[in-house]
Amino acid sequence: MSFLEYRLKTVPTGARKVLFLNWALILLLIAVASIGFLMLFSVAGGALERWAEPQMQRFVLGLVAMFIVAMVPIWFWRNVSGLAYIVSVLLLVAVEFIGVTGMGAQRWIDLGFMRLQPSEVTKITLVMILAAYYDWLDPKKVSHPFYVLLPLVLILIPTALVLNQPDLGTAILLVAGGGIVMFIAGVSWWYFGVVIAGGVGLVTTVFTSRGTPWQLLKDYQYRRIDTFLDPSQDPLGAGYHITQSKIALGSGGFSGRGFMQGTQSRLNFLPEKHTDFIFTTLAEEFGFLGAISLLTLYGLIIFFCIVSAISNKDRYSALLIYGVAAAFFLYFAVNMSMVMGLAPVVGVPLPLVSYGGSAMLVLLVAFGLVQSAHVHRPRGR
Amino acid sequence: MKQNARDIEEASRLMNRRGFVVGGLQLAFMGMLGLRMRQMQIEEADQYRLLAEENRVNMRLLAPPRGLIFDRNGVIIADNAQNYRIIVVREDAGDVDDVIAKLQSIVELDNSELERAIREMNRRSPFVPVTLADRLSWEDFSKVAVNTPALPGITPDVGLSREYPMGEDFAHVIGYVGPVSDFDLNRIDDPDPLLQIPKFQIGKVGVEAKLEQDLRGKAGNRRIEVNAAGRVMRELGRDEGQPGADIQLTVDYRLQNFVQTRLKGESAAAVVLDTTNGDILAIGSAPAFDPNKFVRGISGPDYRELTEDIYRPLANKTVQGTYPPGSTYKMVTALAALEEGLVSPDETVWCPGHYQLGRRRFHCWKRGGHGWVNLQKSLVQSCDVFYYDVSQRVGIDKISAMANKLGLGIQHDLPMSAVAEGLAPTQAWKRARHGEGWRVGDTLNASIGQGFTLSSPLQLAVMSARIASGNAVSPRLIRAQGGIELPQLSAQPLDISARSLRMIRQAMHNVSNGQRGTARGSRIVAEGMEMAGKTGTSQVYSITAAERAAGVRSADDLPWDKRDHALFVCFGPSEAPKYAVSVVVEHGGGGSRAAAPVARDIMLFAQYGGIPPLEAYPSSQRERIRTMYEEMVLRDPVSPQNAKSRA
Repeated sequence: MSFLEYRLKTVPTGARKVLFLNWALILLLIAVASIGFLMLFSVAGGALERWAEPQMQRFVLGLVAMFIVAMVPIWFWRNVSGLAYIVSVLLLVAVEFIGVTGMGAQRWIDLGFMRLQPSEVTKITLVMILAAYYDWLDPKKVSHPFYVLLPLVLILIPTALVLNQPDLGTAILLVAGGGIVMFIAGVSWWYFGVVIAGGVGLVTTVFTSRGTPWQLLKDYQYRRIDTFLDPSQDPLGAGYHITQSKIALGSGGFSGRGFMQGTQSRLNFLPEKHTDFIFTTLAEEFGFLGAISLLTLYGLIIFFCIVSAISNKDRYSALLIYGVAAAFFLYFAVNMSMVMGLAPVVGVPLPLVSYGGSAMLVLLVAFGLVQSAHVHRPRGR
Repeated sequence: MKQNARDIEEASRLMNRRGFVVGGLQLAFMGMLGLRMRQMQIEEADQYRLLAEENRVNMRLLAPPRGLIFDRNGVIIADNAQNYRIIVVREDAGDVDDVIAKLQSIVELDNSELERAIREMNRRSPFVPVTLADRLSWEDFSKVAVNTPALPGITPDVGLSREYPMGEDFAHVIGYVGPVSDFDLNRIDDPDPLLQIPKFQIGKVGVEAKLEQDLRGKAGNRRIEVNAAGRVMRELGRDEGQPGADIQLTVDYRLQNFVQTRLKGESAAAVVLDTTNGDILAIGSAPAFDPNKFVRGISGPDYRELTEDIYRPLANKTVQGTYPPGSTYKMVTALAALEEGLVSPDETVWCPGHYQLGRRRFHCWKRGGHGWVNLQKSLVQSCDVFYYDVSQRVGIDKISAMANKLGLGIQHDLPMSAVAEGLAPTQAWKRARHGEGWRVGDTLNASIGQGFTLSSPLQLAVMSARIASGNAVSPRLIRAQGGIELPQLSAQPLDISARSLRMIRQAMHNVSNGQRGTARGSRIVAEGMEMAGKTGTSQVYSITAAERAAGVRSADDLPWDKRDHALFVCFGPSEAPKYAVSVVVEHGGGGSRAAAPVARDIMLFAQYGGIPPLEAYPSSQRERIRTMYEEMVLRDPVSPQNAKSRA
């Protein structure tokens, strides 16, 4: 077992762990979150208390959580991976019965102090269980059909539950995130080829099912797909969100209209301006420079994660870091593609920027795991 | 699971290779996102910015206040009255039915108007204000205003709407405004965006229509920021536009009111001109109508009543109506003959009561004949035969040339609707119009203002003003525009000898004042205020032999629309003319009986600037006149509100 390989004496202990945190990553996270506060302040029309303040409180809470998680040795987290996964799946089941309906989907459990979105939690616990699984599995057996089927089931259980909510965005993120972990773990290219082929087949089936009694997606999801293919066909109806979003984004130009000067987002042209579409406000007010800066910050976060993963000899830790980085990447990649008209509107928030407690807390806890893996990595020979 | 160190090494290398692949793919995807940003925000930025502007800024037109119209003294004739409205916003009202029910318990609402408002409300977005009721009384309006806290979504609002405080008096002169119709939009090629405002009022007839461009003003606009739903967020800028130019007429509102009142009950027209400069002091057509009804949108039955009335209240008879001028035309023939030297003042013609032209017999109005008639007597006693004789020597073309010189048969340029040209026929005209040659009989008829000859009351007034002044006086209706006095047209002397004019004026004086004058019954006895006039009775229908046999002796036995028109033209005071008046009473019978008394009253009112003293009338008539004035209801004097002081 690989953790026996650790030279535990070289791993920092106690308060010294703080010095061994990946500070660059933490600063990057703070930078991205700060952009988020700024934008939430702006879309609220200069009101702090509406969105920016609660978001700051949650971020501070999240940072504390991140530090606590980072202090706990990574092997503890590996040991609880299975449990975490089971709890999160149970929460997904629970949300079916006691969930709060919002935006046409059942997604929240009201915990009193915050609204928990189990689907967000699942994104991380799935990565954890897959990393633990591949850490346990003999690397020679990763491409064995049985050992490929097992993680697939692990992925598809929460995916099915999330799709049932229905939350297409999270479902895509789960499948893609899980798939990336499997790929990095070394599963044969063949499987991916087959899955992609199967995916194409599924898409075809989904479209042929349209209008029949066994229709696979909700009408609104079909309409969103239609709109994605040609937003101009219904600029005030189904294609409205994406058209307005593109107008706001494009009109920002190179340097933007200036802070608080965005006209499109402020005038309610944009739907969900403080959540999924917050990037358009940034792009409108700070222009290309602002947008590319945020993208660069995101890119640096991914970069530092990958560097940390490569330098980590522990299989669980490395896979976990790759997995968190992949999940994080999928968040902003899908969100940005969506608001720029490259992908259907599926309801994926912009990580650390969009208003929303669950996603932010979960992400910061996930980065806490990354920090823990970084701090407790095996060193030397 | 057991794993050996070499396997772990290998697995770790594989994992990092795969990690590189994933990282590379992620980097590539981010690069693509960056390129997409570049494309949208740099290459296509202008295009999106344009779309954004359209999204955001909305222009709302502001209707400028319409120019006011004043009388010559600065008394307001066409005003912009505050229009008290109730506006409802469905979204703010919540339960609209409940709010309307509450409103109805406070003020009475017109049901058809309410239905229309509810229909409109349901059709439009919930935040669009809809007018529930307009033209509320101040009492109702304030009741609603006080109760607004209990009436969510209800706003009392004040707009501007045309109002004509003088009611019927100026209906034909200034006309009226009304909402732009599709017909108007097709008729006038006018790109003014104001016309697109719903319910925007434009001039439909009269001065309101003719001077529409000046009265309307320039549209202002309000640039407002709207959100995606079209809701107004804030005002970005405002351009008040330019209010319409105020217009001052030459008409005197009191004289106009008197004329309208005096004509009441008849189908008649009267025009009063200032002989010195052509100012139209009064121009009345009866019956009239209330232009305010048209502003509000006249009801079907009301409109039918106006169009079906045989007295034609909608027609402006002063400029639009043309009548055979009858004997009032004799001055034209007489002047033509004098100027041509074809008749001398002393020359006499024998009038046996008729004139034989070939096999056709032309009658004089006096069946028994006038005996020996010279030019003076021919006018004073209005002998027809004299003119039958003289006109043949002059010829129709010379007569019509004189008519044109005196302002007949030519168009006068006035900003009123359908100003008629009338007709002073010539030989060429008849050939062109009827395709046959001029006959001597036509000349005979024309010489006494019958046959083809047609004149409007305005033209007849111009004629008497020109005879009175000896100048080519042109009628003028607009005194000032936008606070600037319009230059008076300097009247050139007529190319008519003073001697001829003097002779005609003398004869006209005797018509009104001479012992045998046809209008002696309508003389003025006040010293220095006497008038000089000429009666006219124009036949519109010849009594047939059958009717004569059936006992129809005179026009009074005929149905109204076949009776003669009564005409009278005059100027006064006859020694130093200041006013010229023409009166036409449609189917009124004889000019001396139906038209001359009206003309005298108007002339006196103009000279005295108010109800004349009874001393101005012959003593035998005073009792009757007093009763008439006692029964007359005139407008109380209004204090002037001058255009200049308003601005």
